[in-house]
This record gives sequence, C-alpha cells and structure tokens, in this order.
Amino acid sequence: MSEPSATSAAPLAFSADAKARIAGLLARYPQDRKQAALIPALYVAQDEFGWLKPEVMELVARELDVPLTAVLSTAMFYTMLKKQPLGRWHVQVCTNVSCYLRGCDGLMDVARQELGIGPGETTSDGLFTLSAVECLAACGMAPALQIGKKDHFNVSTDQMRQMLQDLKADARAHAPALAAAPTPLPSSGHTAPTAGPHG
Amino acid sequence: MGSPHAVTVPHPLETRVLLRDHEGKDYTQLANYLARGGFGAWKKAVEMGRDKVHTEVRAANLRGRGGAGFPAGVKWGFLPKDGRPRYLAINADEGEPGTFKDRYFLEEDPFQMLEGILLTSWVIGAHACYVYVRGEFWRAIDVCERAIAELYQAGWLGKNIQGSGFDLDVYVHPGAGAYICGEETAMLESIEGKPGWPRLKPPFPANIGLFGMPTIVNNVETMACVPVIVNDGADAFNALGSPKNGGTKLVGVSGHVKRPGLYEVKMGTTMRAAIYELAGGILDDRELLCVIPGGSSCPFLTKDEIDVALDFDALKTIGSMFGTAGIVVMHDGTNMVEVLTRVAHFYKHESCGQCTPCRQGTGWLYAIAKRMGAGLAAAGDIDLLVSACNQIDGNTICAHGEAAAWPIRSIAQKFRPQLESAMRARMTASM
Ligand SMILES: Cc1cc2nc3c(=O)[nH]c(=O)nc-3n(C[C@H](O)[C@H](O)[C@H](O)COP(=O)(O)O)c2cc1C
Ligand code: SF4
Repeated sequence: MSEPSATSAAPLAFSADAKARIAGLLARYPQDRKQAALIPALYVAQDEFGWLKPEVMELVARELDVPLTAVLSTAMFYTMLKKQPLGRWHVQVCTNVSCYLRGCDGLMDVARQELGIGPGETTSDGLFTLSAVECLAACGMAPALQIGKKDHFNVSTDQMRQMLQDLKADARAHAPALAAAPTPLPSSGHTAPTAGPHG
Repeated sequence: MGSPHAVTVPHPLETRVLLRDHEGKDYTQLANYLARGGFGAWKKAVEMGRDKVHTEVRAANLRGRGGAGFPAGVKWGFLPKDGRPRYLAINADEGEPGTFKDRYFLEEDPFQMLEGILLTSWVIGAHACYVYVRGEFWRAIDVCERAIAELYQAGWLGKNIQGSGFDLDVYVHPGAGAYICGEETAMLESIEGKPGWPRLKPPFPANIGLFGMPTIVNNVETMACVPVIVNDGADAFNALGSPKNGGTKLVGVSGHVKRPGLYEVKMGTTMRAAIYELAGGILDDRELLCVIPGGSSCPFLTKDEIDVALDFDALKTIGSMFGTAGIVVMHDGTNMVEVLTRVAHFYKHESCGQCTPCRQGTGWLYAIAKRMGAGLAAAGDIDLLVSACNQIDGNTICAHGEAAAWPIRSIAQKFRPQLESAMRARMTASM
C-alpha cells in the first residue's frame, strides 16, 4: 500500500523460503482474513532480517496485503516482536514471584557481573541483551530463564556463571571478528532494547 | 522424555489419570500414544453420537481448567444454532504466574489434548481449531506442529477423519509475549493479528467470537480431560473429584517447598496435603507464611486457611479462587513488600491500557509498592493500596483488573504486620 521509506539501498525482499513459509501461514486462515497471519509472519520476518525495522514492517504489510498501520500497531503491542536490534544472545531471566522465592535475583547479579550490563541493556559488542521477564511458566523448575529459544530450569548461580562464560568463549572462538569489533550496533555503550522489562 | 515438569515417581497421594511422565515413554510420538489406547475415545464417541457425548461431558462436571472453572459442557451449549461456521480456540497462553501445567501437555503429551480437540470439535460442529500457544513456548510450538502433522498423515485430521465424514483442521497460532492474550477475547483478537485488547462482553465468544463467528474457547487441560470422560464415563469422572468438580486436577507447587513440581490429585484434596505431603513441606522446615492457591490473580491465603479443599467451589467459599491450581508457597522469612512489588509490577506491565482504572490503578499499586520497598512509604500506604484495589475492582472491561486488585488487596489486608515490618526495616536502613 505504501512505498518503502528506505531510499538508497536496494529494496528489501523476502527469500524464496520465507515467501513459502508466509504462503503456508496464509493458508491457515480464511482467505479474507489475511491479517490473522500477521504475528507468525512477523516471526518469519524476524528470522530473516533480525528485527522489525520500518522497511521490514512495510514488506510484511505488502506481502500480507494488510494496512501498514495494522502491522505497526500489532508489532508495537507484543514484546516478542522486536522493534530494536537485540544482542546475539537474549538472556531473559524470570523475576516473577516463584522465581524470586527461589533466588532469581542472584542469577541477575551474576548476569550483571559477567556481562557488565543491567536488565534492558545490550553489551557494546552486540553479543548479549539482558532482560528481566515475567513468568515463563516454569515455576516448579525455578529459577528459570531463557537464552534465545532455549529454556534453562533450576539454574544455580554457578551454572549461570558457567553458561555465560561458555557463551562468551564460544563467541571468541567462532566469531573473533565480531567479538573483537568495537560495536556492530548503533550504540555508544549500552542500548536499551525496549521500554519494558521484557526486552 | 526426561521431562523436568512432573515428579517421575508418583506420590502415593496422587491419582494419575493425565500425567504419565513416570511411564518413561515418548508420548510426542503418535505410535506411542496409539499404543496406550489413544484415540480409543474417538471410536467410542462415534458410537455414542454427538448428543450423548455432550450430555456426558455436562454430567461429568468438567470445570474449565483455564482459571474460571466454568463448566465446559454448559459452555458448549451456548452456541447458537443458526448455521454459521463455528470455531474452537484452545487457550495455551499459560502465563498466569505460578502456573506450569499446560506446558506438560504441549511439550510431553500433545495427543491427549489433540484427541480432546477432535472430540470437542466434533461435538460442537467446528471444522477449524486454533491452538494459541504463548510465544515463549518454542519447544511446545514445535512439538505441537509435529504432532498435528503426524495426525494429518495418519488420517486423524483433515478430511473425512477415519472414514467418519467429519472434517477438521487444527492449527497452531503463536502468541508474542503478552499475558493479556490469555484473556479469551484478547486471545481471539490476537489470532486475528491484532493487538490483544480484550473485547467488551457481551457479545460472548459463543455468539460472536473468532472472525465474528460462534467460538468456544477452552483451556489445554480442559481438552485433555475430554477423552477421559468419553472413555470412562461421567460417573467415573465425577468419582475422581468432589461434588460439582469432576476429575483430577494438575497442581503445580512452587516457591518455598522441598519438592516443587507438577502433581495430579483428585479434586477435593486439601491444600495442606498438597503443601506438606506432595511437595514435602516447607523449605528448611520453616513456618508457612502464605499461599497463592491458583496463580497470582487469586487472593492469597494465610497459614490458617490451608485446610481448604482444592476445588473451584471450596476456594470460592473462603474468598479466594482455585484459578489455575498454580500453588505458590511462601515461608515466614519472605519479604512481603518484595512479593507485593513483583505482583504489582506484573499486572502493571501486562495491562493492555484500555481502561483507566486498570491502566492507572495498576501503576499506582506498583508505585506504592516501590516506595514501600525504598523506605519511602507514607503513613496510610497500606490503606491506600486497599482503596486503589477497590476502585479497580469491577470497573474494567476484562478481569485483568480484578486479577490485579484481588491478590494485592489480600496482601494488604492479611499481611499488614509483615508489610509494616518490611517497610520499617527499609526505613531504618535508608536513614
Ligand atoms: C487476564 C487473564 C488471563 C488469562 N490467561 C489465561 C491463560 O493463560 N490460559 C487459559 O486457559 N485461560 C486464561 N484465562 C481465562 C480465559 O479467559 C478463559 O476463561 C479460559 O481460557 C476458558 O477456558 P476453560 O473454560 O476451559 O477454562 C485468562 C483470563 C484473564 C482475565
Ligand atoms: S481491565 Fe486492564 S487488561 Fe483488561 S481491558 Fe481493561 S485495561 Fe485492558
């Protein structure tokens, strides 16, 4: 419906694979209800482009044939739809009641020490974003956290330290350039990914 | 499957009808589900006929497991008979703090839920069902997608299911990190690709639901119970529970207990037994201070209230709710201002913002809690909490308002001494 706002670079396009995934999503909903595919389509877009920069939202609007305003208002509403770039690893520590009772604050302290950032911030090398999140539905396995798409349950402070150190070592081993680079993100230090603690 | 969710050796006090972790089988595989008699209920149901199955579910007193405890059979009866297409929408948004039971089915035993979905869709005449799974449940989404694909392949979904002439499509729809989308009308908005703003009711979803069509919304565990009722009958299901509360119930116990985890008990088991027997008692053998009986939207209980039976009516009688049966236990060393702060933060953060009392009120509650924790509380702040809760309660579009007001009011009213001493400690510390 509207033209891309990016003027200089080549216009964004979905890969064939992403297009096929979106077509598959559209087939799940009534033909006159394409907007229903919006949230899953935005996940496809995040997989493809990392985060939902304005051009990406415009692309999704065109692909689904829904108004850009609809894409924007839905994207704004949901914390898991990323309106800002996040670190390569998104460390999400549950801070709700059950995890609090089982020591999540200790995990958060370890994360602060190891990463040098607080919740809502991204390390300047772009590797880690730390978030305090609400209940992850893992209360019997508290304290719980997610790193990327992976759950970690019954995490001790020692395990937390080890996990983060392993990820840092992994980053150094596999992407020395990235780990050493000053900052791949538009940031002079820390970036706050979103307003809310969900990040 | 090495699930961390359930306790792998059932406690003698448990009655396991749904939980099967202890069997050590991979029930995400259709072959294993079929081998244990899975989809036997479908064959039986087809012989019984739709009306008989519906009557049986009604007689079984299957109370909705999503939190409100509304009888499923009664809800199904609200669908208007006007020929419009109908939908079934399954609430797998599991976000109520303290709750971790639907995750079990979604990750470990999806076919139990999916057989319930097939039966329910057939009874209510729905040909499409959406399972709304919270976005953080990556593994659950993956497991459910595969399970559904397997069912299509085996002729248990799609056209003319097992030669019955009945057609059903089931789709997973992912959420994206908004607790409010567990509220049923917000969930429908979210499936439609919109922000999760709850709708004014009436009209109820049974009349105008998904895509404007009659829709039944049920919880994952509610679905998992349906095959049990069809297989064993309403009488057997009622015998597993207490009056008007049929069946067993998954209870998740978390917090300050020795054996946190997911258990399955007959409805009517006492809270005391859940805490002191199933979960092994209080951590470090301390004294119990308080209990959230069914997710953080329920009024908190004191240690003198735990002889209550675990069912929807008994908890209501003592002024609380059974909710999601997510039991959170706190010992006498718990800082209640800190608990209050986390509860208040949650409801503030998750308010969709449509109604002033909820949007502003939850902000107030959180601000008051914060200043209590910072040693900056004003005299009368505990009463102010109560008054703010009273102004939210009953004045909002959806029950998120009450979900915030009820637990916080109960903390303010029942745990005043603990709040005061925590506030005093902060004030002296900051002087
Ligand atoms: C704020 C709020 C959050 C809710 N979250 C959930 C949820 O995560 N899962 C759920 O099944 N029901 C949830 N409910 C209850 C649903 O609105 C609805 O009653 C339920 O899904 C109906 O299914 P049932 O009758 O099988 O319990 C929530 C309600 C409110 C007000
Ligand atoms: S009560 Fe709260 S969450 Fe519910 S509609 Fe109103 S503002 Fe939104």
